[in-house]
Amino acid sequence: MPEFLLVLVSTILVNNFVLVQFLGLCPFMGVSNKLEAAMGMSLATTFVLTLSSVLSYLTYRYVLVPLDVAYLKTISFILVIAVTVQFTEMVVRKTSPLLYRVLGIFLPLITSNCAVLGVALLTVKKGIDSFMAAFLYGFGAALGFSLVLVLFAALRERIAVADVPVPFKGASIGLITAGLMSLAFMGFSGLIKI
Amino acid sequence: MALLSVTSPHIHKPGNTGGFMRQVLYATLPGLFMLTYFFGFGTLINVVIASAVAMGCEALILKVRNKPIAFYLNDYSAVVTAVLLALAIPPTAPWWLTVIGCAFAIVVAKHLYGGLGMNPFNPAMVGYVLLLISFPKEMTTWLPAAGLDNSVNVPGVFESLRLTFLGTNPDALSGATPLDTFKTYAGQPEVLDSNAILHGTFAGYGWEWVNIAFLLGGVYLIWKKIITWHIPAGMLLSIFLLSGFFNTAVDADNYPSIMHHLLSGGTMLGAFFIATDPVTAATSNRGKIIYGFLIGLLTYVIRTWGGYPDAVAFSVLLMNLAAPTLDYYTQPRTYGHRQPNKGLAKPD
Repeated sequence: MPEFLLVLVSTILVNNFVLVQFLGLCPFMGVSNKLEAAMGMSLATTFVLTLSSVLSYLTYRYVLVPLDVAYLKTISFILVIAVTVQFTEMVVRKTSPLLYRVLGIFLPLITSNCAVLGVALLTVKKGIDSFMAAFLYGFGAALGFSLVLVLFAALRERIAVADVPVPFKGASIGLITAGLMSLAFMGFSGLIKI
Repeated sequence: MALLSVTSPHIHKPGNTGGFMRQVLYATLPGLFMLTYFFGFGTLINVVIASAVAMGCEALILKVRNKPIAFYLNDYSAVVTAVLLALAIPPTAPWWLTVIGCAFAIVVAKHLYGGLGMNPFNPAMVGYVLLLISFPKEMTTWLPAAGLDNSVNVPGVFESLRLTFLGTNPDALSGATPLDTFKTYAGQPEVLDSNAILHGTFAGYGWEWVNIAFLLGGVYLIWKKIITWHIPAGMLLSIFLLSGFFNTAVDADNYPSIMHHLLSGGTMLGAFFIATDPVTAATSNRGKIIYGFLIGLLTYVIRTWGGYPDAVAFSVLLMNLAAPTLDYYTQPRTYGHRQPNKGLAKPD
C-alpha cells in the first residue's frame, strides 16, 4: 500500500507531467483561459490518461511481449488508445448528453496529445509490473495535470485583467507564468526517488 | 456642536501604499539587527545593493513604459521586495548574486505582470528561488553564528565588503545552519546531541534570536493593522501541529522539535513578512487561514522529506499559484444573496 501512495505523490507533485516533464503543454496553454473549460478538460484528461496507462500495460504485457514484437509499441499504443477513446466518445454521445457536454467535447482534443503517448511509453519504460500500479501511474499523472491546469486557469483569469505590457500579453505571459510555476515545483525535487 | 454627516468608509487617518510599505520596512529592523549581530555586516551590504538595484530596475521599466517614475518609486514597494530578498540570502553572498536575484524579481516577477498589485507571485521569493536553483552553493553557504564557539569571528565591515565584492572563498569560515545540520545528521542522536548549533536557549543557536526578532516585527505589523493574524496563525499552527506530532508520537531522532521548526530558517520571516503579501496571498479571511495552513504544511513536508533544508520560499510560491483558486472557492456570501455558483455547476 505505501508504494501505491508513493506512486501517486511522485506523479502528482515530484514528476508532474506538465511542470516537471513538460508533457501536455498544448492543452495546458490552450484550455486554461477559463476555469470551467479547464475543469472539463481535467475530467477528460483523467479518463484518457488512466485508460492510456492501463491499456498500454495490458497491450505490452499480454500481446507485444508474448509475440516478441515489443518494437511495435509506439504504433500499437496509439492505435489502441485512439480506438478506445473514440469508441467511448461515441457511446457517451449516444447514451448521456449531460456527460457528453461536460466531458465529451474534450475527448478528441486530448487523445492526440503527447501526454497520452508519454504516459503509455513511460509505463513501459519504468517497468511498471502490475495492473494496479499502471492504473495509479496514469491516474496520478492525470491528477497532477488536472491540478496544475485548474490552478493555472484561475491564475490566468487574474492575469487577463492585469496591466501586462503589450508585447507580453496573451500566450507569452502565460508561458512566463508556466515557467515560474515550474520553478515553484522544483521545490518538490528529491521528495521521492521514483 | 457640529454634527457632520460623513459617509463610510470611516478611515480616520490617511493611508497610502508608501506609508504601509514604510511600516513593513520598520518592522524588519529587529530581524536585520539580529542578522547583523550574529553574521556580520554582509546582510546590511546586501540590503543596500538590493535596494539600489531594485530602484534602478523599477525606474528603468517605468521609463520604458512611459509611467511617472517618481510617483511609483515613492511607494517603496521595490525597496520592500529588495529588503525581503536581501534578508533571505546569505551574508556571504557575492554582489552579483544579489543583483541577479533583485533584477529578476523586479523585472520578470513584478513588472512583466504590470507592476505593483498585479503580480501573481511574490517577487522576492521568485528571485530567491531562482538563485537557490541556479547557484545552490553560494545560496547555502552561511556563516557560523557569533559566539557559537571561541574560534568564530564575526566579519567586520571591511571583511564583509571584501567577501561581497572580491568574492573571497568563504568556505574557510562557513558554517551549517541548524536546519542543514539536522538534515545531515538525522537519525544519529549522538551527533545531534553534541552539536552546539542545535542547542541554543530555545532552538538552533543564533537563529532562534533572528526568528524571535522577526516575530516581534510581525507582531508590530499586526498591531499596526498592516497585516491580519490569519495567515501567520495558519502557517505557524500547521508547523506546530505537524512537528509536534512527528516529534512526540513518531520519532524524536528523525523529526526535530517544535521549537526547532518554529525558530529556524525562514519560518518567522516567511510567516509574517512574505506569506502575508496582500497582492499574492488569498483574499478572504477563511481563504487566508487555509492559505497559511497549507504553506506551513508544504514547508514541513519539503523540509522533512524533500531535497532542500528550508522550504518557505517554495511553499509560498506554490501557494501563490493556488491563491486564485482558493479565492474562487472561499468567496464569502454577500448578505441577502445566495451562495455563488462554483465549479461545474450550471450558471443561472
